[in-house]
Amino acid sequence: MNMLKLSAAALVASVAFAGAAVARDQVQVAGSSTVLPYAKIVAETFAETFPNFKAPVVESGGTGGGLKAFCSGVGEGTIDIANASRAIKKDELEACKAAGVADVQEIRIGYDGIVFAADSSNGDMKIEPKDLYKALAAEVVVDGKLVANPYKNWSDINATLPKGPIAAYIPGSKHGTREVFEEKIMAEGCKEAGATDAIKGLVSDAKQAAAKCVAVRKDGAAVDIDGDYTETLARIAANKTGLGVFGLAFYENNKDKLKVATVSDVVASTETISGGQYPVSRPLFFYVKKAHLGVIPGLKEYVEFFLSDDMVGPEGPLAEYGLVAAPDAQREEARKAFEAGKTL
Amino acid sequence: MTDAVSFPAGASAKPARRDIGIKRRYAAERRFRAYGIAALSFGILFLFILLYSVVSKGYTAFQQTMITIPVEFSEQIIDKDNERATDPSKLMTANYPVVARNALAKVLGVAENDRQGLRAVNQMISDGVRGQLRDMVTANPQIVGTTQTVSLLAAGDIDSAFKGQIDLTVSENNRKVSDQQVGWMNQLAESGALGKHFNTGIFVNGNSSRPEAAGVGVALIGSFYMMAIVLVLSLPIGVAASIYLEEFAPKNKFTDLIEVNINNLAAVPSIVYGLLGLAVFINFMGLPRSASLVGGLVLTLMTLPTIIIATRAALKAVPPSIRAAALGLGASKMQTIFHHVLPLAMPGILTGTIIGLAHALGETAPLLLIGMVAFVANYPTTPMDPSTALPVQIYMWANEAERAFVERTSGAIIILLLFLVVMNVGAILLRRRFERRW
Repeated sequence: MNMLKLSAAALVASVAFAGAAVARDQVQVAGSSTVLPYAKIVAETFAETFPNFKAPVVESGGTGGGLKAFCSGVGEGTIDIANASRAIKKDELEACKAAGVADVQEIRIGYDGIVFAADSSNGDMKIEPKDLYKALAAEVVVDGKLVANPYKNWSDINATLPKGPIAAYIPGSKHGTREVFEEKIMAEGCKEAGATDAIKGLVSDAKQAAAKCVAVRKDGAAVDIDGDYTETLARIAANKTGLGVFGLAFYENNKDKLKVATVSDVVASTETISGGQYPVSRPLFFYVKKAHLGVIPGLKEYVEFFLSDDMVGPEGPLAEYGLVAAPDAQREEARKAFEAGKTL
Repeated sequence: MTDAVSFPAGASAKPARRDIGIKRRYAAERRFRAYGIAALSFGILFLFILLYSVVSKGYTAFQQTMITIPVEFSEQIIDKDNERATDPSKLMTANYPVVARNALAKVLGVAENDRQGLRAVNQMISDGVRGQLRDMVTANPQIVGTTQTVSLLAAGDIDSAFKGQIDLTVSENNRKVSDQQVGWMNQLAESGALGKHFNTGIFVNGNSSRPEAAGVGVALIGSFYMMAIVLVLSLPIGVAASIYLEEFAPKNKFTDLIEVNINNLAAVPSIVYGLLGLAVFINFMGLPRSASLVGGLVLTLMTLPTIIIATRAALKAVPPSIRAAALGLGASKMQTIFHHVLPLAMPGILTGTIIGLAHALGETAPLLLIGMVAFVANYPTTPMDPSTALPVQIYMWANEAERAFVERTSGAIIILLLFLVVMNVGAILLRRRFERRW
């Protein structure tokens, strides 16, 4: 039968393909969706600048997923670089080492600002971390007691915020951004509002007290967004009184639709973030598998190209897109550390 | 009782007809029809809304703003020391963006020492000109030192602004294009240098971080490879399995169990197949990540139950008289099946296969775990090379920050929908071609 021959041929072909597992000739990268746009720009420009190398393949999938794939072992079937919007955690690094990925090089590429914005129809907004803490915490201290968050409208907290009920679209827990939000806004706001000590007085366990500070209300006023910033943008377009959390780069590309809030009276911009005035920012990283250097063609060149001032410098295309370049000394240090083969 | 109303008292007293509920039954039928029409219009309305939102947002993606200007391939910039005869790599690494920028600055009358102005000019042209001009020069090195008229890709923001997708009424600080650039854009458009052209790039280019240069080329090839692998593997395996199960296998507890399992597998969430693919094909068999071969294998596993169920239904639908006649004339069981039953079941099998393929074509979840949700710029030459798929491309573009990606996302959806329409029309045509009535 014709069909039988066809299927036999297909099986033979697939086995032949599997047998001829040819050496990989392009770099494979996976990880954070925040770092993804930068990695894409570098990958593309890399292939244009070095015609003898192929453009690296950049997967998205989140910091956690990327690091998991990165730490699954050494060899051509595993990825070479993991992008991360937070530093690697201790247990992740241990898992890496247990799987045979002994030498991991950490590279800091720059900084990313996190901005709070509402629909462009709103007026100027000025927020403090304590405002967001009060609006979004699951439980707040009232008269020396922990009670479920009683605030309903933004106006109960801060008159410059949108007129209407509290609605905030914050990154879901799979995003590295959530951690920064909890640390720089919720915990900080908790302290500013004077609730940290009050909670410590009420809850004996220190760990639990810290968790109380960053716990976000679950009555529908704060919505976890597990998708990307485009989803947050759509939510804000639908709810004019909602406040959304965005990356600086995303905001820069959608300025005509968004009204950004100042945080502690500082406007988010590359200048205020690199200068350290804007409070909500975080470093971006990628991690390189040292064992793959010299084995995968183009890996070393890609990392060096990424770190060159033509890319991560303040005049480079990444800064143009929205990355906050690291200070000159830090960039130089990163290049030297990679050259010297410094591992974690 | 109705008679009593329609025939007022005084008329000859006819005996009342037995009430058989004619009116009530007609009314019930009319109501049912109205429900049916309502359900149908509801469906059509939503289809229309979907198509309208996709097409109205996406049709502009098939046009691209280009700037057609005379470009001077200055020897000063490309090859200052005249080394190109001995060192061809000079032509590869020359600073072509500056060539394009200077050409546009000349047309717009921006002075060569006006750094701010030159920066603004540079932002109007796509970074993709590096590759475009380099390819022109390496293909024909004689053009160095001459002036050629070249159509350059406009930058994504200019493209969006020209198509009216950026709100130009808001203050200059709140948008990506400056008033000066908008002025230049209008000036160029009036002189005819800047205009919309058919966007072939969206069909042939690989993915790009620059919206104006991004296309679904790699995704099309990847989807094509995967569909070919799915077809070549799942059709023969699925048909062979269903023929055996339907015609040869004994009916016992074991085959019942298999049947239940096949029906279950057809309903398993597709991400589960992705996990399986990661564990078996990549980690165990050592196939490369992000390759369309692995994607094709995973989608084959996903499509098989659909094809087996459709094929078994088609085989069951062949009248037993055909089998009986063939067996009665002395055909063996094998001959009966392959000469008589299978050809008659073919339309049903093909329809099931194409529906399964169309389903597989639109799948992203299982591809996430095997690394195909990725940025791939280079064309794959074999199914072993990294590639993406059409729905993945849509997903990735939908998450981009740049405005110009909004229309391209819808444009890619239109391309995917066209593919699906072609496949389904193919299914109908095949059905017509092979259908036989008895």
